[in-house]
Amino acid sequence: MEKFKTIESKVMPLDRANVDTDAIIPKQFLKSVKRSGFGPNLFDEWRYLDHGEPGMDNSVRPRNMDFVLNQEQYQGAQILVARENFGCGSSREHAPWALEDYGFRVIIAPSFADIFFNNCFKNGLLPIVLDAETVDRLFKAVDATDGYALVVDLQKQAITTPDGERIAFEVDAFRKHCLLEGLDDIGLTLEHVEDIKAYEARRKQQAPWLFA
Amino acid sequence: MAAKTLYDKLWDEHVVREEQDGTSLLYIDRHLVHEVTSPQAFEGLRLAGRQAWRTDTVLATPDHNVPTTDRSQGIEDPVSRIQVETLDQNCVDFGITEFKMDDVRQGIVHVIGPEEGAILPGMTVVCGDSHTSTHGAVGALAFGIGTSEVEHVLATQCLIQKKSKNMLVSVDGPLPAGVTAKDMVLAIIGEIGTAGGTGYAIEFAGQAVRELSVEGRLSLCNMTIEAGARAGMVAVDDKTIDYMRGKPYAPTDEQWDQAVAHWRTLVSDEDAVFDRVVRIDAATIRPQVTWGTSPEMVVSIDNAVPDPAQESDPVKSAGMQAALEYMGLQANTPISEIRPDKVFIGSCTRVATRSRTTSSWRWWCPVPDWSNSRPNRKAWTRSSLTPVSNGVNRVVRCAWR
Ligand code: SF4
Repeated sequence: MEKFKTIESKVMPLDRANVDTDAIIPKQFLKSVKRSGFGPNLFDEWRYLDHGEPGMDNSVRPRNMDFVLNQEQYQGAQILVARENFGCGSSREHAPWALEDYGFRVIIAPSFADIFFNNCFKNGLLPIVLDAETVDRLFKAVDATDGYALVVDLQKQAITTPDGERIAFEVDAFRKHCLLEGLDDIGLTLEHVEDIKAYEARRKQQAPWLFA
Repeated sequence: MAAKTLYDKLWDEHVVREEQDGTSLLYIDRHLVHEVTSPQAFEGLRLAGRQAWRTDTVLATPDHNVPTTDRSQGIEDPVSRIQVETLDQNCVDFGITEFKMDDVRQGIVHVIGPEEGAILPGMTVVCGDSHTSTHGAVGALAFGIGTSEVEHVLATQCLIQKKSKNMLVSVDGPLPAGVTAKDMVLAIIGEIGTAGGTGYAIEFAGQAVRELSVEGRLSLCNMTIEAGARAGMVAVDDKTIDYMRGKPYAPTDEQWDQAVAHWRTLVSDEDAVFDRVVRIDAATIRPQVTWGTSPEMVVSIDNAVPDPAQESDPVKSAGMQAALEYMGLQANTPISEIRPDKVFIGSCTRVATRSRTTSSWRWWCPVPDWSNSRPNRKAWTRSSLTPVSNGVNRVVRCAWR
C-alpha cells in the first residue's frame, strides 16, 4: 500500500445519504477476476445514461452530465464529501477498490457503514467522520467557490480550508500508523517476519513431515 | 499443565505470536486454493510485488467452474473459462502445484485434500471456501477464509485470528442402522440451530461418531458451518491413522512413525473443560429429511412436514410459510408420502473416496423402502450421480460395472 501523504486537492460533493456499495460499484462488475480497473465503473448507474456491463468501452458510453463525477470543475478531485451512512449495503470490498482506483484518497461524511469503513483503511483510503453541520458547511462552501480545495493532514489530524480554518478529526491511532506507513494487514504481519521464521525453525524440529 | 481440548492443542501449536487482546498470528500448514476466491488475492500480491511465502503448502484445483460432462470440449461459459484460465496462469506465475481440470487427481477441493493425504492430522488448513471445515474430520484445524485472507496467507503463511470458544457435541451410543453421518449432522443442526455454533469451534465425539468411517466424519464436519461454527473436528484414532497410511502426500518410513506418535496426542484431555456441551442420544436419530430452504428445516423421516400455524414465533412462522410455498409442500404431510422427483448423489457433503466400502454409490440402496413397495422403480426417480473427484469417479465406475 502507498504511504498516505498530506493531500491537497479539490473536493467533489456527492450530495446523497445512504450511498450503498451497489451504487458505488454495481453487482455485474463483481464477476471480474481483478481488483484493479474498477475506477471507470465507479457509480456506474449514476454516471452513465445506459446500462453498464463488464467489457464495454466506457469512453463511448453516454454520460450523465448532471452527475458530479462528469462535471469539469471536479475532475482530479481526491476528496469526496458525502452525507450520512456512506458505504452501506453488501460487504463487497470492490467498493473501496473502485473509489481508490478512480483516484479518491479521502472520504468525508457524517457517518459510514461499519464494514465499508474498515475496508477503506485496508485499501489506503481515509474515511473521515465530521459532524453533520460541518459537513453541511463544506457542501455549501464547495457550491459557492470554484475549485474549492482542502488540505488533509493525517499526521496532525486536521483539515485546513482555503480561508485557513482548521477542522480537527479523530482517527484510531493504529489505523493512522498503518496509513502513514503504507501498511496493509499483510505489511503489518510482515513486520513480524522474524517471529514467523523462528516459528518455522522450531516447527521443523518438532514436525519435520510438514516440511518434507 | 492445564487440561486441554483438541482445539486448544491445535491452536496452541500454531500460534506464532499473540497480542495483548488475544489477537493471534496463526501459522497455516496447508492452503487449498480454487478459482473463485483466489484471483484478486493473486492480483493483490502482484500489485504489491509480493511472492508466495511457502509454495509447498499450497495446493490448487479448479472445482466450481468445471463441466460435469465431457471436459475434452473445454469450458463453454466465458466467465467460467476465464476464472479457470486465470487460476492456471496464477499457479504457473507463482510456482504453485495445481491439479488441473484434466488431471486424474482433480476434484472438489474438500475431497481431494484428504484423498491425496494433503490434509494430515494436526495441520491448520484454510481455503477460500466456507466448507473447509470438512478437513477437521482427521484431527486438523480447518476453516474457510475470505479473499483478503487468502492473499494474507499466501504472502505470510499466517492468518490473523482470535480464538473461538470450545463446544463439544457428543453423540452417545451406537449408530442405529440406516443412519448416516449426514443424518447425524442434520439432527445436530435441528437441535442447536443454524446459529448454534456461532463463535465456537466444535468437536464431535461420542460412540456414534467413533463408529463413523473417516468419510462419514468428513461429511459430518463439512456441515459444521451450517451449524454456524467455522471449524468442526474429530479426534484422531486408529481409523484416522489407517486412513492416512500410504496416501500420496502422507509421510513415510521414519517420519511416518514420528508423525503417528504425535497424531496420537490429538485428542481432548479427559478432564478438559468445554464452554458448551451438547449431548445427543444416537438412538433417537432417524434418517433426516429437509423440507425447507435452510438446513435447520429438518425432520425425521417418520415425521410430517411441520405446520407454521403451530409455531409461536411470528418471524419463524413466516419463514416456514415462505419455505413451504417455495418447496410446494403442504403442512402436516407425512414425509413418507412425498415421492422424490429426483435423486442426486455426489455432493461432497457425502464425501466418498477411494475406499470401496464407503463410496457414495452404496447409499443408493438404503433409501427408504420405496424400491420394494413401489413395483415400478423406474417410475419414481430421475437420478444423477456426480462423483466428487476423478478418483471417486474411477471407483464408482468399477463398482457399477
Ligand atoms: S456440497 Fe457443494 S457446496 Fe458443499 S462443500 Fe461440496 S461442493 Fe461445496
